[in-house]
Parts: sequence; C-alpha cells; structure tokens
Amino acid sequence: PFLHALTPTFLFVSQVKDEDIYSPILRKLFNESHHIFVGLQTIREDLPSKNKKPQFVSISKSYRSVIRACMEELQQVVSILLAIELIWNLCEVLFIDAVPAGSLLLHLLDWVRLHKADVDEKAREVLQSESPVEHHGYWDVVVSYVLQGRLEEARQMLAKQAAQQYADKNMYKLMDNLLSKMPVYNPGSIHTLTEFDVKWRHWHEEVDRCLQDKSFASNVHLELICKILVGDEDTLLEHKELLSTWYHFLVTRLLFAHPTIKPTELHYYAQSCMAMFLDSRSAPETLDSILLAAFDFDIHQVIKDCSIALNNWWFVAHLTDLLDHCKLLQSHNLHFGSNLREFLLLEYASGLFNHHSLWQLAVDYFDHCPEFGRVYLELHIERVPLDTERKALKVLRICEQRQMPEQVRSICKIMAKRALRNNRLGSALSWSIRAKDAAFATLISERFLQDYCTRGTFSDLDLIDNLGPAMLLSDRLTFLVKYHEFHKLYGEKCFTEAAKLLLSLITAKIAPRSFWMTLLTDALPLLEQKEVSQTHPHLSLGLYDLTVICVFWSFQEEDIELTKVELLRLALARNLAKAIVKEGTVDA
Amino acid sequence: MFVARSIAADHKDLIHDVSYDFHGRRMATCSSDQSVKVWDKSENGEWHCTASWKTHSGSVWRVTWAHPEFGQVLASCSFDRTAAVWEEIVGESNDKQRGQSHWIKRTTLVDSRTSVTDVKFAPKHMGLMLTTCSADGVVRIYEAPDVMNLSQWSLQHEISCKLSCSCISWNPSSSRAHPPMIAVGSDDSNVTYGGKVQIYEYNENTRKYAKAETLMTVTDAVHDIAFAPNLGRSFHVLAIATKDVRIFKLVPMRKESTSTGPTKFEVQIVAQFDNHNSQVWRVSWNITSTLLASSGDDGCVRLWKANYMDNWKCTGILKGDGSPLTGSSGQPTAMSTVVGSSVQTSQSVLNGTSAGRAWLLVSSTQACVA
Repeated sequence: PFLHALTPTFLFVSQVKDEDIYSPILRKLFNESHHIFVGLQTIREDLPSKNKKPQFVSISKSYRSVIRACMEELQQVVSILLAIELIWNLCEVLFIDAVPAGSLLLHLLDWVRLHKADVDEKAREVLQSESPVEHHGYWDVVVSYVLQGRLEEARQMLAKQAAQQYADKNMYKLMDNLLSKMPVYNPGSIHTLTEFDVKWRHWHEEVDRCLQDKSFASNVHLELICKILVGDEDTLLEHKELLSTWYHFLVTRLLFAHPTIKPTELHYYAQSCMAMFLDSRSAPETLDSILLAAFDFDIHQVIKDCSIALNNWWFVAHLTDLLDHCKLLQSHNLHFGSNLREFLLLEYASGLFNHHSLWQLAVDYFDHCPEFGRVYLELHIERVPLDTERKALKVLRICEQRQMPEQVRSICKIMAKRALRNNRLGSALSWSIRAKDAAFATLISERFLQDYCTRGTFSDLDLIDNLGPAMLLSDRLTFLVKYHEFHKLYGEKCFTEAAKLLLSLITAKIAPRSFWMTLLTDALPLLEQKEVSQTHPHLSLGLYDLTVICVFWSFQEEDIELTKVELLRLALARNLAKAIVKEGTVDA
Repeated sequence: MFVARSIAADHKDLIHDVSYDFHGRRMATCSSDQSVKVWDKSENGEWHCTASWKTHSGSVWRVTWAHPEFGQVLASCSFDRTAAVWEEIVGESNDKQRGQSHWIKRTTLVDSRTSVTDVKFAPKHMGLMLTTCSADGVVRIYEAPDVMNLSQWSLQHEISCKLSCSCISWNPSSSRAHPPMIAVGSDDSNVTYGGKVQIYEYNENTRKYAKAETLMTVTDAVHDIAFAPNLGRSFHVLAIATKDVRIFKLVPMRKESTSTGPTKFEVQIVAQFDNHNSQVWRVSWNITSTLLASSGDDGCVRLWKANYMDNWKCTGILKGDGSPLTGSSGQPTAMSTVVGSSVQTSQSVLNGTSAGRAWLLVSSTQACVA
C-alpha cells in the first residue's frame, strides 16, 4: 500500500491487487476446485478406510475433470489464436510488408513453415530412434522437408540413408546434388529477378531430365522426391496428408513451379490450388475464404469476413488500424477507409468499457478516433459505476485530462449526493467543492452548522481547516470555515483575535441570520473576558453595538430563547459598565 | 456471447416494465400486482431484490429512474390515474445487513383523469423535470424547482395531443442547437388523426411546447418510442415500437431568420423490421445509439445494429426463455454489449408463462457482423 495526495483535499491509500494476475480460466480452476476441496473436508474421519477410499478416488477424478475442462477451454482459445495468427501473418506478408516477386515466395514459405510445426516433432522422433532410416516415419519427414523447401535438412536426412545404401550410392549422390543446387532467391544479391529466373529454369530442366532419364526409377522414394522438385501437381496432391492444407499445397506448388510469382498472380494460383486440394463436395470453410480473399488482395473482404467469423472485434480493429496507418484502406472505395478503421475501433473499445478494469484501456482507443472518439468516451465514462472513491477518482482524472468539465461536475455531484445520503458530510463537502457546486456546498455547510448546534462540536475538522481558497465557493461555506476558526482561537485563548473574527463575521454579513443567536451566545463569554473588555474596550464597544442591534432584531423573530436574551442583556450591561469605566479612565 | 439470466421476480402478476438505473447496477420492475421492486446487482453479478412495496391502487404501467445527480429517485405511473415520485432512504444498520432499503413517497401527481401510461424524467440538463402521458391524450411536464425538495413539483406544461397517449421519449441531446424535444406515441384506434407519433418542441420565445411534426406514416398503435442518444449529430434518430420496428431519421431543416415557429423536419425512414411478426412492445437504445433492442409478442428480443455503411441488420435473437436463436445466416449469433446501457426487456403481454419473470440482457463479449 502506498500513500499519495491527489488533490489538496484528498489523501489516499492505494493497494496493488493481484486479482488481475489470474486469467479467467485459472479462476475457473480455482472456483471449481474450491468446491471439491470443501466437499473433501466433510468426509467423516471416523469412517473405516475401505469406505473412504472410493470417495477419495472419486474426488481425485473430480479434480482431474476440472483440469481437463480448463484445458479444453484453453485449447479452444489457442485454436482461435492460431487461426488469427495465421491470417494476420499472411496479411503482414501481402499487405504490410508488401514483398515483391522473388521475396514473396520466401515469405510465403516462412509463413507455411511457421504454421506447420509438426514436421520438427516427427523429425525429432525419427532421429531419436535407434535406427532413424528404418523408422516408419523416416520418408514422411524427408518428403515433408522437401515440400516445405527445407532442402538442407532433407539432404541431412538423406545422407543417413545414403550412408547405408551402397547399392544406390550414385542415385543418392545425384539427388543430393540436385537438392544442393536449387537456386534460392536472395533479395540482397546483385542479380535481378530475371537472372534468378534463368538460373532457376536451368535447374528445373536438369531435374526434369533426371525424370525423363529415369535416373531415380529404381528407387520409389527418390523418384517421388524428384517429381516433387519438378513441381508435378499430381504427385503433390497424392500427399495431401503431409501437406494438410490447400495453402501449403499452394506454396509448395509455387516453390517448384513458379518461384518468381508476382503478388498480382497469386489469386489465380490460390483459387486453382484450393479447388484442386479440397473435396469438390465440401464447401470451403470460413478460414479458407478469408485466406483466399487475402490472396486476392481484397482487404475489405478480409476484414468483413473476419468480422463475421470471429467472435470478437479485437482482431479486425487492430489489424484494420494498422492497415490504415499503412495507407492501404484509402486506396479503396471512398465510403470507408478511415471511417472503417474508426468504426471498428469504436466497437472494440465500447466492448472494453463493460469490463470492471479493462475500461481504462478503452480510453486510449477513443482518444485516437478523431470523429466520434470524444463523444463515445463522454457517453461511456459517465456510466462507469462509481463503486469506490478510488474508481471515481480514476474516472475523474481521465475526464480532467481531456477537458470534460461537464462529466467532472456530474461525477462529483453524484459522489457528493451519495455521501450526503450516507451522512458522510466531510466527503460530501469535498465532492461538492470539486464539483464547484456552490448550492450544494451551501447545503452541506448548513448541515455542518446544524450538527454543531445540536451536538456542540464540529466533525471533519481537518477538512474544514485545510480548504484554503476553496472555502470561497459559497458564503455559507466561508462562514463555516471562519466560524470554526473562531472556535479554535477561543480554545487557544486568543480572545482578542477571536473577538475580532466574531465581529467581522457579523459585520461582513457572511453569518446567516439563523445563526446570529448562536453567535451572540458565543459572544457572551468573550464579553466576560478581561482581555477583551479591559485591553480592547473599542472591541468590546463594537461588540456591544452590534449585540444591541441583534437583540432588538431578535425580538422580532419568532423563536426567541428568552433565557439567552436575558443573559445577554445582563452581560451587556455589566460589560458596558466596565467599558465606560475603562473609557473614562483612559480619557482621564 | 449473450449470457441470459432468469430472475424469479416474484411479482404476483404481469410485469409491465423493467428499467435499469444510469449505471446499470440497479433495476426496477413494476407490475399489475400494484407494486414496484428494486433490484441491486452484487459484485458477483447476482441480482438481489432490495425493496418491494405497494405503489399504486392499480396496475403499475411504467417505472423509471432519475439521473443519479438527483439521488436515488424513481417515478412510477399507474392505471389508478396517478404518477408518484419515490426516494430511497438510507435505512437502519440492521436493514443494511439484511440488504434491504426503504423507499418513501415524495409526491403523488393527481392531475390526470385517466390511466397514466408513461412517466419519464427529462434530460438532466433541463433540471429535475418529470413528464407523464395519459390515456386522455394529455402530456404533463412537471418541474421540481428545488432539487433538494422532491415533494414540491409544479405543473409547467400541459400538452393536449388529441389522441390517447401510450408512450413518451425525450430527445437526450443537450446541445444548444436543439431546443428541448419530446416524442409522444399513441395507441389510439381513432383513424381520423392519421399519424400516431407526434413531436413537440419547446419554443424559447413563447415559453411553450408546440407541435413540430407528426409522423403520418405511422398509423398503427404505437406501444413504445425512444430517441437515440445524439452523439453530437445535427439530426435525430427515433425508434418506434408498433406493429413492427421502425427507425426514423429527423433532419432539422434550415430555419429562416424570421421564422418563429417550431423546427421543420425532413423525416426519413431508416429501417423497418417486421421480424417479430407481431406487435412490438418495447424498443431501447444502448448508450452510443449503435444497438437497438426490441421485444415483441413473438416472445423474442431482437437486437439491431448498423454497419459502417449505415445498413441496419438483426444481429441476434433471444427467445423468451432466454435461449439464443441462431442468426439468419445459420451461424451462432454473438452479441454486442448492452450492460450499463438503458436497454430494457419486457416479456410479451400475451406470453402468460413469462408472468412474474423478468429477462435481462446481462453480459457480453464482442460482436460481429459488418
């Protein structure tokens, strides 16, 4: 916990709460396991163990089922995240990085490799086995490497086979040679794309010659690899389980048939690959349509499909914003563009506002929506439930930073009203001062004064003492502060100062009429004080003048406390006598 | 995803209205059992009834909250020809422990000679003002000059609508460009006066409300009406619950400097939905006017949303028992947030099994549909 002062009238203690460390799914784990735990504690101790054991086993199974339920939920979340990463990655390659032909294929290869991690797992399994070349998965791994263009790794794997195959030694050497010579585009090199294309065609022809020559005919595996290297579609399609997706098929096909593919040519190949790969009976899934739209460079369609398919605005809002910054939306239809960006950000941020702590994030989003951001923020922020003072202050800080005086006033007023309802006068006063609500401050000051009249003491003294210039908000408030000051002076026996203050309170007309009687009653003991009557006879005379007026006036008011009036008159008379004597003495 | 939660409201008769407070943490229900119940939402999201009391000597048609700047204040209106204002009193400590609070009546408004069909507070920038409408076609606007004294209300305006009134809605805009404006809906079966929605506007010079517009295309009984939050736009959006759901755009036309009458409007219909295939009883906007909820006699609540091209579509349907219906595209619907807004639901009057239960649109994540 730490202390900090936020405004002159507030002092605060903050605490770091660790609730946000735990994700909702773990919280579910905690909640459900708590229930099981409590159930376990109630199993009777006195039962024989053979009766308890089945119960213990059952409880153990309950715990595990909770773990599995959480895992399932997490898996769902993970699979959604995988999908959006896949889409975003492709959008980055095609739209944001906008790589040209040559590099394009390399990036697409990376993209596919990133999303097909199971190859490495299989490879590890094979390599860790006793005899990798005899492992049933060996050739799958080699082929998978080739399909992903990971020719170096394919060579390494093949070398193990070659080491043991004396008969086909030359074939393996030939294959290794082909694999090592495949040209790979280097964006930094001095050679142009055209030069690369020429080199690649030479290599491609060489591979084709090997096929025609039946150089690998006696080894079914090597023959297969050779067919892949030449880009034979049918061969590729025979390995759907290894490719697993049509976009892997697409990238592989491009790698071995059109490595210099241009971005604008992508959509044609994407369409045909998808058609070839997918069963003609099954309709493309949503993810497929989205990827296809991306290959089509139809950004609008991607955003639209993602909006419909994904159960949240997060993805489209952030991606569209980034695309807008890349100036990619403006080149499209005039109806949207930055409006689309703002629309999505507003939707996303509005959703955040319903969360008890995430709402604070939404503020930054609204800040960066030039057209409607401010008004959305105004509307949302005034509805944030003001559960605690701390939360109210957070909300206020946000409003004050953005010059939203009406929202500030409204929130302070709500808090003031609530405090008053709960009879927390000090809090109510602070809030109404912050709201600059003079009328309410007056009302609360009245309540303070009433409290004083009934109980004889003030509450919330610290607050009243430290208001500073804020006390000028309302006359009644000023009076309250000064009146308390008067009491303090009196308590400290600074009778002269107290008397002066009392006098000024009445003369300056800040004192409410209803309070004059109380003031005069306060004046009574002062008049008795030697200090006042003897040292400062003028003061006392001044007081006398006023009290006389007040007394006469008070006879006209309805509720006259006769005893008080009588006492007052007595005191006045005595004091006057003293004063006259004193005056006389001085003059003489 | 929607989480619909059912609450056994324990009203002994049909519930006619449900109203969220400004922050969405409290709720009031009113019923033909003549009582009003107040519900508070606890930290864990559960709703608890913290007050239940008899408010009128007839069915209570509507209940509404005042802005929290005025405190914890409710208004109710009834078949018994009265409207009442209630204030919550902070109770004794043992009441607080039991989670109960007390509401006391501050005033009864008895000017109406017929059933009072709707009661609404005016936008807070107008002060503490209460408006009622009655079956006798009169709209009454009251003001409490001293906001600290809720027992003193003075009748400031009486507007004679000539048609039996069923609902009212204030334009929430506090912009100086818009004078105070109120829409009145009628369920009158009279066919002589065609339009069942009238718009009245306050005139600074005459200090009176004058009729600015009648929506002539709305000829069927109107059960509910709601202005959308303004968002600083120059035009106004109005939703109407009638035999279908309708959304109108009212565009103020430029006033000549010599014109002293009410603003003239260009009225455009933005959307019309008959998906309920029955009478629509309630319409309600979310905070940012991006979502409209409607409920109808088909026992369903439908949510309507506009995409960035301003095309309105249904983004979700909740059946009367709280279960979602799949959207028109066959995909499961995912709904956008409504908590914290003043979206209310009302079960259909004919659906007897719903008597006594209140349906809430409770929670959410994000939405879809472009």
